[in-house]
Amino acid sequence: MSEMTGAQSLIRSLEAAGTETIFGIPGGAILPAYDPLMDSSIRHILVRHEQGAGHAAQGYAAATGRVGVCMATSGPGATNLVTPLADAHMDSVPMVAVTGQVGAAAIGTDAFQEADIRGITMPITKHNFLVTDPAEIPRTIAEAFYIASTGRPGPVLVDVAKSALQAMTTYQWPSELRLPGYRPVTRPHSKQIREASRLILEARRPVLYVGGGVVRARASVELARLAALTGIPVVTTLMARGAFPDSHPQHLGMPGMHGTVAAVAGLQKSDLIISLGARFDDRVTGNLDTFAPGARVIHADIDPAEIGKNRHADVPIVGDAREVIADLLVALQAEADAGRTGDYEAWVGFLAGVKKKYALGYETPADGSLAPQYVIERLGSIVGPDAVYAAGVGQHQMWAAQFIGYENPNTWINSGGLGTMGYAVPAAMGAKVGRPDTPVWAIDGDGCFQMTNQELATCAINDIPIKVAIINNESLGMVRQWQTLFYSERYSNTDLHTGPGRRIPDFVKLAEAYGCVGLSCDSPDDVDATIAKAMEIDDLPVVVDFRVHRDAMVWPMVAAGASNDDIKYARDLAPDFDEDDL
Amino acid sequence: MSTHTLSVLVENKPGVLARIAGLFSRRGFNIHSLAVGPTEHPEVSRMTIVVALEDSPLEQVTKQLNKLVEVIKVVELDDAASINRELMLVKLKADVSTRGQVLDAVQLFKARVVDVSPEAVTVELIGNADKLGDFLRVVEPFGIRELVQSGMVAIGRGSRSISERTLRPVQIPAPPAAGTGA
Repeated sequence: MSEMTGAQSLIRSLEAAGTETIFGIPGGAILPAYDPLMDSSIRHILVRHEQGAGHAAQGYAAATGRVGVCMATSGPGATNLVTPLADAHMDSVPMVAVTGQVGAAAIGTDAFQEADIRGITMPITKHNFLVTDPAEIPRTIAEAFYIASTGRPGPVLVDVAKSALQAMTTYQWPSELRLPGYRPVTRPHSKQIREASRLILEARRPVLYVGGGVVRARASVELARLAALTGIPVVTTLMARGAFPDSHPQHLGMPGMHGTVAAVAGLQKSDLIISLGARFDDRVTGNLDTFAPGARVIHADIDPAEIGKNRHADVPIVGDAREVIADLLVALQAEADAGRTGDYEAWVGFLAGVKKKYALGYETPADGSLAPQYVIERLGSIVGPDAVYAAGVGQHQMWAAQFIGYENPNTWINSGGLGTMGYAVPAAMGAKVGRPDTPVWAIDGDGCFQMTNQELATCAINDIPIKVAIINNESLGMVRQWQTLFYSERYSNTDLHTGPGRRIPDFVKLAEAYGCVGLSCDSPDDVDATIAKAMEIDDLPVVVDFRVHRDAMVWPMVAAGASNDDIKYARDLAPDFDEDDL
Repeated sequence: MSTHTLSVLVENKPGVLARIAGLFSRRGFNIHSLAVGPTEHPEVSRMTIVVALEDSPLEQVTKQLNKLVEVIKVVELDDAASINRELMLVKLKADVSTRGQVLDAVQLFKARVVDVSPEAVTVELIGNADKLGDFLRVVEPFGIRELVQSGMVAIGRGSRSISERTLRPVQIPAPPAAGTGA
């Protein structure tokens, strides 16, 4: 035990919890903590907006698997973290946000820069704390990191009153935690594993429905073994891209609203869905009433509340995805050794046919302009599967999920559940800080990019050489696509004027103004050379303005609320399944 | 619509009630009645929540409650296997002409008069929801001037306690080593 200020205790506690990097901005209430931060081993990265700090912490966490940390002051500083906290909550990202609060005596008086951030963030954090007693700082930080990183990961906010930061206290890192209401179950029940094995052997049309839980649980190796042992086809959700190699023949791709025909059919026509760390999101299931009508469901998730929430589970398994898969492997291997394996031959053949017949594709614009899908496809091929890709939200995100071949977990970072435009640049920044030796590309839209591009300044100043590919279609592309399809091509408020003519802003000049390298590309012939040029620069952030055809649309598509049976692989074109093969 | 009685053990910390109330409203669950108070452990409070369920199954309510870090335990109390009570204070009009009949009703229901004035009596009644309802039907014709009622509290029958073995501490894990999660 040693005497120090609450602020010193806070920084010591963050060090003890393993923090290497904090993304943040100082301000009145958190100011005491920034003084000892100068003497700390922790690297603080001064961002330009607190939302950037939050998304950077998310990107850091998603790329490394470690807890991301961000810091902000009270009031507006704290409320600017609301979007990243909600985002991390939806996508189960381990993150700790530390905010300053007005002095304890002023709480509740509408003091300057006061906001009840604990009350505000209750529904969008895994847990949160308000600390007014400096003696509680170490325990609270220890609990925050423990809660954020265990069980189903998530964001935890620690709001610390300025008076607690200024007061003298004793620092003592706790040796045990008092969390009587927090006991995540990670070991699956053996009876459920046996029952799951039985269903897997009985099934004729099983599918492994892999969600983000497999990435968070670091279960990719086990998943690959399970797929190899059983031969069961695999689909990976938007949150699970990279959990299973795209190059693997059993991989049907991404299911859902913009999933591949094979992945959608693989779920829709299956007789057994083996859900691993996925949550039957509406963007995957489409209309729930008609989703996979012939399928029984094994639903494994670390969060009991996900099981049976949207779809009835015939075999519920509560547990960590890695432990669940490991136990399934043991059970199924024992069955295989005894000569019992599943017969999925007809099903695998059927899906192979669908995958071949309805492979992902896109139209090349007749006028010689750039197809956005082509840009992303080339980027994936040239940069390769060892890089990290972060996306914003919208068309470019879907194309990035579709046309880049992911081979490894933690290489695809995006805002899946909340759908936060502006996620890419700060998330890529965080990922690059966490994995400085890995190339990190943000694939962003021209709409998204304008929401958070101020973090280019942070990247330039702090030697965080990310690369940004703006898929510039001069519009809020996904909204425009819906207007094309569902609103009679009436383009209400989706034109961003970032194209020829006005070009506001000029992204190349903007990049240069921020101390980055700005490049542009208008023609398919220049794509490879432009990407190569961007890759040659490793001491500065690079922004490439890929000026693409604005009418390109994301296909396949299941319209919102429609049944997965009504998937279209191009406008007005429905796949024709030759189900006699089944 | 059916009602279910949940006993919820929570850490006795500020903000717990707000968390639970917020969870009910944002998940679309209906609270029919709520009572909060201390337990035999000073650090644990107990809430008795009567939920009115329409579409969302009880299981989902229970699971979401259990996810809250400060919720220690959630137990559904079956009506047949538990005792439940509510407390009601009711101010009844009672002048010279009706006081006799009001006091008859009070006696019949084993209620107690806790305050008397020339025009009114205040009555305390403890019982389950049915008993309280029956009493109100009987005294309503005399005139109810004011009524206040507690939420329901409930406890399981028999010797078992729901609050045993709930406060064990957990060991703090070492921070993870640096490196990638891949």
